[in-house]
Amino acid sequence: MPSSYTNPDYPYVHSPDQDANDPVHHPVIIVGGGPAGLAAAMDLALQGIKTVVLDDNNTVSVGSRAICLAKRTLEICDRYGCGQAMLDKGVTWNLGKVYFGEEQIYEFNLLPEPDHKVPAFINLQQYYMEEYMVNRCLEMPEIELRWLHKVSRVSTDDSGATIVVETRDGEYRMTCDYLLVADGANSPIRTSLGLESKGQIFEDRFLIADIIMKADFPAERRFWFNAPFHPDQSTLLHKQADNVWRIDFQLGWDTDPEEEKKIENIRPRVEAMLGVDREWELEWASVYTFRCRKMDSFIHHRVFFIGDSAHQVSPFGARGANGALQSVENLGWKLAAVMQGRAPQSLLQTYDTERQHGARENILNSTRATDFMTPKNAVTRVFRDTVLDMSREYPFARALVNSGRLSRPCTYEDSPLNTADTGDFEPGMRPGSACTDAPVSGGNGSGWLLNHLGNHFSVMLKGEFGTARLKELQDSIASLANRDEHIEILRVDAPRGDSTGFVYLTDDKGLLAQRYDLGRSAVYLIRPDQHVAARWRELDPTAIAGALERAMGVEADVEQAA
Amino acid sequence: MSQLKLEPNFSDADAFYAALADIHRDRSPGESEQINARLILLLANQVGEQQILQQALDIAGRTTSEKRHDKR
Ligand SMILES: Cc1cc2nc3c(=O)[nH]c(=O)nc-3n(C[C@H](O)[C@H](O)[C@H](O)COP(=O)(O)OP(=O)(O)OC[C@H]3O[C@@H](n4cnc5c(N)ncnc54)[C@H](O)[C@@H]3O)c2cc1C
Repeated sequence: MPSSYTNPDYPYVHSPDQDANDPVHHPVIIVGGGPAGLAAAMDLALQGIKTVVLDDNNTVSVGSRAICLAKRTLEICDRYGCGQAMLDKGVTWNLGKVYFGEEQIYEFNLLPEPDHKVPAFINLQQYYMEEYMVNRCLEMPEIELRWLHKVSRVSTDDSGATIVVETRDGEYRMTCDYLLVADGANSPIRTSLGLESKGQIFEDRFLIADIIMKADFPAERRFWFNAPFHPDQSTLLHKQADNVWRIDFQLGWDTDPEEEKKIENIRPRVEAMLGVDREWELEWASVYTFRCRKMDSFIHHRVFFIGDSAHQVSPFGARGANGALQSVENLGWKLAAVMQGRAPQSLLQTYDTERQHGARENILNSTRATDFMTPKNAVTRVFRDTVLDMSREYPFARALVNSGRLSRPCTYEDSPLNTADTGDFEPGMRPGSACTDAPVSGGNGSGWLLNHLGNHFSVMLKGEFGTARLKELQDSIASLANRDEHIEILRVDAPRGDSTGFVYLTDDKGLLAQRYDLGRSAVYLIRPDQHVAARWRELDPTAIAGALERAMGVEADVEQAA
Repeated sequence: MSQLKLEPNFSDADAFYAALADIHRDRSPGESEQINARLILLLANQVGEQQILQQALDIAGRTTSEKRHDKR
């Protein structure tokens, strides 16, 4: 097959661990070098935690799979230091066209919201995403990547895990305090531990093909319901980097995947879609049956499941890799805090609490999109077709057309780590929310708020609180710093007085105040994963210290002990 | 919490019912099905509030399950 991309060939390296008499111990071992495993390694590296990543293959994703990377994913990758490469290579589209039968029923324009560092999403082949992640991992001394090291057995108890690894030089064993399992949707490790990912399988098949177009083609997304060239089914055309286009053909349940994958069967479909004159080549094709499922618990003693092994969604709404990264950023700082003795063990349990919530939300959204595309019975088909038919004429019906909703970060509503609002605030940035970006000046000079948040707790203040109060806050934070807790204080629009130990940000456009409802005075406590833990109108150092303890799982610990 | 109205709220109940019967007159079951779907979607958008729609769906769904129950 022709290809616009050459998979890198990462070398197998023989590790001294393979020659040790006794199993070598590592604090954290990660199984799987896909988006979830690589992200976990980078997140922990930023926390100063060393990891060994084992992958059974010697390259990044073969064939594209994920293409739509959402804003939050790009922001997380930006924090890891590989976001810019993705932004530079990725493509965006604004114009979306929806067809029903012969006709275009409507189009929409996703004008980008200005004044955010990254756009709402980009389209980028998964192999590029992974390649840029690997490149960044290679720069981080805390990370050791071992290609062609396949984990074949895992055992665990409450003190650690032991693994057996297969290589071309034979088997070896290692032990670790924590094992992060990111071995993908089918997760043989999950099965070997007697665990299950439960949910539904959709009785439908999709042919996913990436084609290289020879000539330019408008950068827009086209979605057909019941296309004349593909009756009764849905079809999607999506742009990726390098003039590669993703085509999804819904096939129905009674089709033969092996037949459908053949170029002689793909060609007439694509020609019917693009016209016979257009020149293109097939880069990659695969037939999928999609499922939405998750594990009841993502934690099994010292084994933590992340990414598709923990929760899997159908691709409509692009929540697989995007959801995986949100799970990883949730776990990274917690694991580091517990390992470094800054937080009680119980903090780790909140990875499960918070990400079960996220996984449920992602599964719900993906299921709804899949159900819209594949009506379950005659009545839902009538409703679906009626919605499409009415959306030609009536804008209200377009709100119901669902070919996948853009992935947005989950808000950890009711998380035990949140401190509930007592002040009067707009709900937008309520505790549990992922911080939204805003342009700023000052600080480290990056120009963006999010580049000032993350990896550690931050207190962001706006208002006139008086020198005494600020001193009290600094003292209170300094006492926490004795416990190795690094906390930064960001002051928004404050006169640069004689006090040191603050980061000064200027909200030139007033958008930070607007997006966070800062008003005349506001205080935000923000977690290392850039989620809001608490906020107040007044500056009360005792309240901040309390909320911080809570966000570190101290209260959850008390509740668990009681 | 917003409440679904269960007391009469029509400005002209008889006129509505007559008009409803009218649009279905001389239609095939397939056409009627489409008309009903269009009507439900239009009215649902007019109501808008999900809490109220959910109450309506609950009541509507309960009737069918009760009917199913009666048959057994
Ligand atoms: C057609 C399609 C389209 C998609 N589109 C999107 C999209 O637009 N946006 C989106 O966000 N997501 C999308 N997804 C989902 C996305 O591809 C997955 O969610 C993502 O790859 C999950 O990452 P992961 O790291 O958990 O698992 P994987 O990417 O599956 O990585 C698992 C890794 O573990 C390695 N491994 C497995 N077993 C072992 C072992 N025993 N020892 C060592 N290594 C092992 C594998 O070699 C692999 O490298 C799509 C998926 C498909 C199939």
